[in-house]
Amino acid sequence: MAVERTPPETVTIAMTGAGGAGVVTAGQILLETAAAAGLFGQMARAAGPQIRGGESAAYIRLGTRPVMSQDDTYEIHVAFDWANIERFAAELPLDGGSLVICDPAAGEVPEVITSTGARIVEIPLKKMAKEIPGGRPNMIGLGAVAALIGLPLETMAATLDKALGRKGREAVESGIVCIRAGSAALGESGVRCSFKVPASTLDGERWNISGNEATGLGAIRGGLRFVAAYPITPATEVLEWLAPNLEKLGGVLVQAEDELASINMIIGGSFGGVPSLTATSGPGLALMMESIGLAVASEVPVVIVNVMRGGPSTGIPTKSEQSDLNIALYGLHGDAPHLVTAANSVEDCLFTAHWSVHLAEVLQTPAIFLTDQSLGQTRTVFERPADLAFAGKREIAAAGVTGYRRYAVTDSGVSPMAIPGTPGGEYVADGLEHTPNGRPSSQSEDHLEQLEKRQRKLDNHDYGDHWADVSGDGEVAIVTWGSSTGPSREARDRARDQGLDARLVSMRLLAPAQVERFQAAIEGVERVLVVEQSHSRQFFRYLRAHYDLPAEVKVFNQPGPLPIRPGQVLEALVNWS
Amino acid sequence: MEKASPQTQSLTAKDFKSEYKPIWCPGCGDFSVLSSITKALSVLGIGREEAAVISGIGCSSRIPAYTNVYGFHGVHGRSLALAAGLKLARPELTVLVTGGDGDGFSIGGNHFLHACRRNVDLTYIVMDNQVYGMTKGQASPTTAPEWEGSKLTPHGTGINPFQPLGVALAAGANFIARGFSGDPNGVAKLIVDAVRHPGFSFIQILTPCVTYRPEQRDWKNAVRKAPVEPTSDPERAGKRLMGDDGFNLGILYLGQRPPYHVPQGAKAGLADIEMQFSL
Repeated sequence: MAVERTPPETVTIAMTGAGGAGVVTAGQILLETAAAAGLFGQMARAAGPQIRGGESAAYIRLGTRPVMSQDDTYEIHVAFDWANIERFAAELPLDGGSLVICDPAAGEVPEVITSTGARIVEIPLKKMAKEIPGGRPNMIGLGAVAALIGLPLETMAATLDKALGRKGREAVESGIVCIRAGSAALGESGVRCSFKVPASTLDGERWNISGNEATGLGAIRGGLRFVAAYPITPATEVLEWLAPNLEKLGGVLVQAEDELASINMIIGGSFGGVPSLTATSGPGLALMMESIGLAVASEVPVVIVNVMRGGPSTGIPTKSEQSDLNIALYGLHGDAPHLVTAANSVEDCLFTAHWSVHLAEVLQTPAIFLTDQSLGQTRTVFERPADLAFAGKREIAAAGVTGYRRYAVTDSGVSPMAIPGTPGGEYVADGLEHTPNGRPSSQSEDHLEQLEKRQRKLDNHDYGDHWADVSGDGEVAIVTWGSSTGPSREARDRARDQGLDARLVSMRLLAPAQVERFQAAIEGVERVLVVEQSHSRQFFRYLRAHYDLPAEVKVFNQPGPLPIRPGQVLEALVNWS
Repeated sequence: MEKASPQTQSLTAKDFKSEYKPIWCPGCGDFSVLSSITKALSVLGIGREEAAVISGIGCSSRIPAYTNVYGFHGVHGRSLALAAGLKLARPELTVLVTGGDGDGFSIGGNHFLHACRRNVDLTYIVMDNQVYGMTKGQASPTTAPEWEGSKLTPHGTGINPFQPLGVALAAGANFIARGFSGDPNGVAKLIVDAVRHPGFSFIQILTPCVTYRPEQRDWKNAVRKAPVEPTSDPERAGKRLMGDDGFNLGILYLGQRPPYHVPQGAKAGLADIEMQFSL
């Protein structure tokens, strides 16, 4: 049954356990081993609310083709124990095709698991680990999974050497013994899995990177050299990755006292001519809003990365939701045109972060770049991304210009910016409405002139094909954004296999709205399926506000933290009424 | 340290003033502080392009537009953060931060604490008039609790006034001084000393608001040169600051803490950094 629903070229594995069980370590070793064996893959993470020692889950999907989404069910679930398993049950769909590997010493298999009809295979993980000096149950479980899907043990041993090498030879050796033991135990159980790792087809360089790391790297590829930020889940890893790496490039990162300080610090850094960025999540973005308006009015380029989590208020900090679209689009007071961009995969965090820095610099305006927990904290293995040609180029005023006017009204709307240190360029950047030379003004004609200039520079820019990923043909289109794109893309591919062609429009540039391009992308489309992870249908309302949609529009939306799964989108697509 | 600027030798205080006429009331103490700032800039001998004046919102925060250097008139209360970002990104610039008591100690209070702690090489000039002038006369953090002059707090605030110098010392400011706007030469000298002292320098300038606090005209009779020499001993400075009546003028503390350090210079290229993700 599982074979029917799931493309045979992928396999899904969930690992769950209490704190200290080593779930995430085991998951990372599995992902790296699979990558070394020539597979693609991704690992998403979920954690309980505890600061340390809470239960955690690793959701892994491996495949012979690039993996952009989690699947509908998990074929393999390794439960190291049953600690708080009910908290994960809704995120861990199992069925009659699933196989649950668990430890009899952990107690009776909970009803929430048995009721799914999954086959249960008991392996005494703890007992076996105890019999091996330095042995760990997570390594026994890892060995069992390797045997089940046909990952070569020697490849896993090499990965283990890389991952645990710093803990010393003994840790590595004992890990290898555990893996062999787990593999043997699985063999004795006689269970089989439909997925088998093929002989390695690895060609070309592959990367293993998380969305948050990709965001940091993309930004420095775009020229970023100054960061100020305040820690917040799930954005902190963007900053923790940037801190040492930015320093290596001669850039500066400062930990601010709060988000009000971080946004103003980066406005200061960018006023000084240095491409600047902060990263935050919903509550922090809300705090920054007033000063993002300052960056609009004073025309200072900055990038604000917002790694979305469940909201409102503190909401669900460790889990994903696409519900900050409204505040990103409409949260500024006054008429404040700015950029809103969104990554639509882990890999795309790299491109869109880079592009966001580029656009902010070129257009001298703030860019709010949206990702979310499910992109940020998921590791993905994919082919090495191409280097991009564009780099943020701000239009700079030359030294010694007489009569320099910072906010000169130009055809493009972009005015050359004088950087402190440039003789003759001295001006005052101001949040007060101003004349072309920067003098504060409350005159209607000055206000209108500057409003139009700030709008024009965004409207007239040529964003090229990057505004969206558009693919496929047909009279039906899935229109989506951000992390909903992965499952939507897979649903579209499955529909095609069933004989239904559909287009996919995944929007990367949300503001300014690309009306003509959007209309061209859905030309001839009679039905649109909107897919998003928000309760109030924020994306659908945004589409209704800006674009002409065909008469038949259907919305598949659900709030976080449950991920949108390809099967749900397919169901919505196929059973239209 | 400064680059030679073609203009440097000839710049006078007047060269640092813009052509704009301030919006302040006749008799406002801010006029005099503006003159002190432009005079200090001329004494420092830097080019106009090498300095930046950063402010928030309020009467005194209008100062950047009245100078001829780079400037930023940002949002209410966040000038110190913006200035720190500029200085960390461009350490070679001379960065002054100007504003009032409401901007700095109320809405911007948290940034004041952390600017003192962080000790970035900035000079923070607060024109303290114990009132919100721009919004027409409300109590500020430094207003006496019994002041009944505001419609917003008709019975007085009843709350303890903020002690900016004592707080600055406790939080880690590296240079603490008090000036009086009625003594523009003295204030100019304080600003020059503050800029030359490494780390975060804080100057409270008693600056009468003749419109909403006309009684402050009498400050000229209350202020006096502090009868002590500057100290670098925080304990002595603490006693001095907590014990004074708010009218002792001069440098009251000269700290020895090294300023916030920013590592400079690239040690790797992008390709080296990307290697960590390659399998």
